[in-house]
Amino acid sequence: MAKRSAPEVNAGSMADIAFLLLIFFLVTTTIETDAGLNRKLPPIQEETTPPPPLKKKNIFQVLINQQNDLLVEEKEMELGDLRQAAIDFLDNGGQGCDYCQGKGDPASSDNPTKAVISLQHTRETDYSTYIAIQNELVAAYNFLRNREANRLFGMSFTEMEADFNDAQYNGNKDQLEDKIGAIRDMFPMKLSEAEPKENK
Amino acid sequence: MSKFKKKKGGELPAISTASLPDIVFMLLFFFMVATVMRENTLMIKNELPYADQVEKLQKKDLVMYVYAGKPSDRYQRQYGTEARVQLNDKFADVSDIKQFIIEERESKREELKNKLTTSLKIDGETNMGLVSDIKYELRRAEAFRINYTTKKGDAAQNMQ
Repeated sequence: MAKRSAPEVNAGSMADIAFLLLIFFLVTTTIETDAGLNRKLPPIQEETTPPPPLKKKNIFQVLINQQNDLLVEEKEMELGDLRQAAIDFLDNGGQGCDYCQGKGDPASSDNPTKAVISLQHTRETDYSTYIAIQNELVAAYNFLRNREANRLFGMSFTEMEADFNDAQYNGNKDQLEDKIGAIRDMFPMKLSEAEPKENK
Repeated sequence: MSKFKKKKGGELPAISTASLPDIVFMLLFFFMVATVMRENTLMIKNELPYADQVEKLQKKDLVMYVYAGKPSDRYQRQYGTEARVQLNDKFADVSDIKQFIIEERESKREELKNKLTTSLKIDGETNMGLVSDIKYELRRAEAFRINYTTKKGDAAQNMQ
């Protein structure tokens, strides 16, 4: 019956339409950066109960001034040396720590579970400097946790955490959680941040 | 009319452009899949600092964003050059953060309320004073899980 075949649709402008859409998406979207340093803030304490006394040697003091200079344990320090200094402090193993590999210096921390890093900054400190220092301190903890996780479970701590957060992971998640908890107990992240000082 | 006679054999045949739409569509799909629509129009300079010990933020719908930084050039005449906080699409005061967090929390399902994370997208040049104020407000609003959103890179770049 069909005498005439339907005329073919001209698809020459298809490319133009596609380009138009492509350019629209190129302009309106950005590849989002959604990664960062996770932190937990402490709750506000209403009553001013005096904090439990800490031995001075168990505190690792980090100060940042308004010129973004770093003062660690009352000595000036470059950012590049901070990570190692924090590792040495946490891993010192003065007493009651059988997995530490530090020197056991009596003037440094007793035990990673007692060691506290105190970070203090002024109101004029740059945010980027603060993040750099936070990053180095997290790196120190990650280094030690990875070391212990490798020794005990043959797997690095960051890998364990990544697997735990991965929805497609098909291992035993409860077991993994216990392992992560065990490592966290060995090196608990005790990072105290004081309210910023008024500049002197 | 022999002037207009085609030369034979001397010319290359025209390249077929029939596959061009396919290529463009491929690109289009890549961008559609790989990119996320910007939720907020930024009115501030927002150059995030670098860090390399980062963890990825899970589940986008459980994240609240707080931006801070200097107003961009367009808004400097109106709002000055002092670093400010931006919530959703407008400038806000630090004291508005608590209300914002409470409203965001109300809009989520009950069982997800304690899984909310606040992502702090703060420009690297901001003073820590403002950041501390923001953190204090977040503590007041009981939003304790925070994430300092950063770019991935060597932290030493921040010091330049």
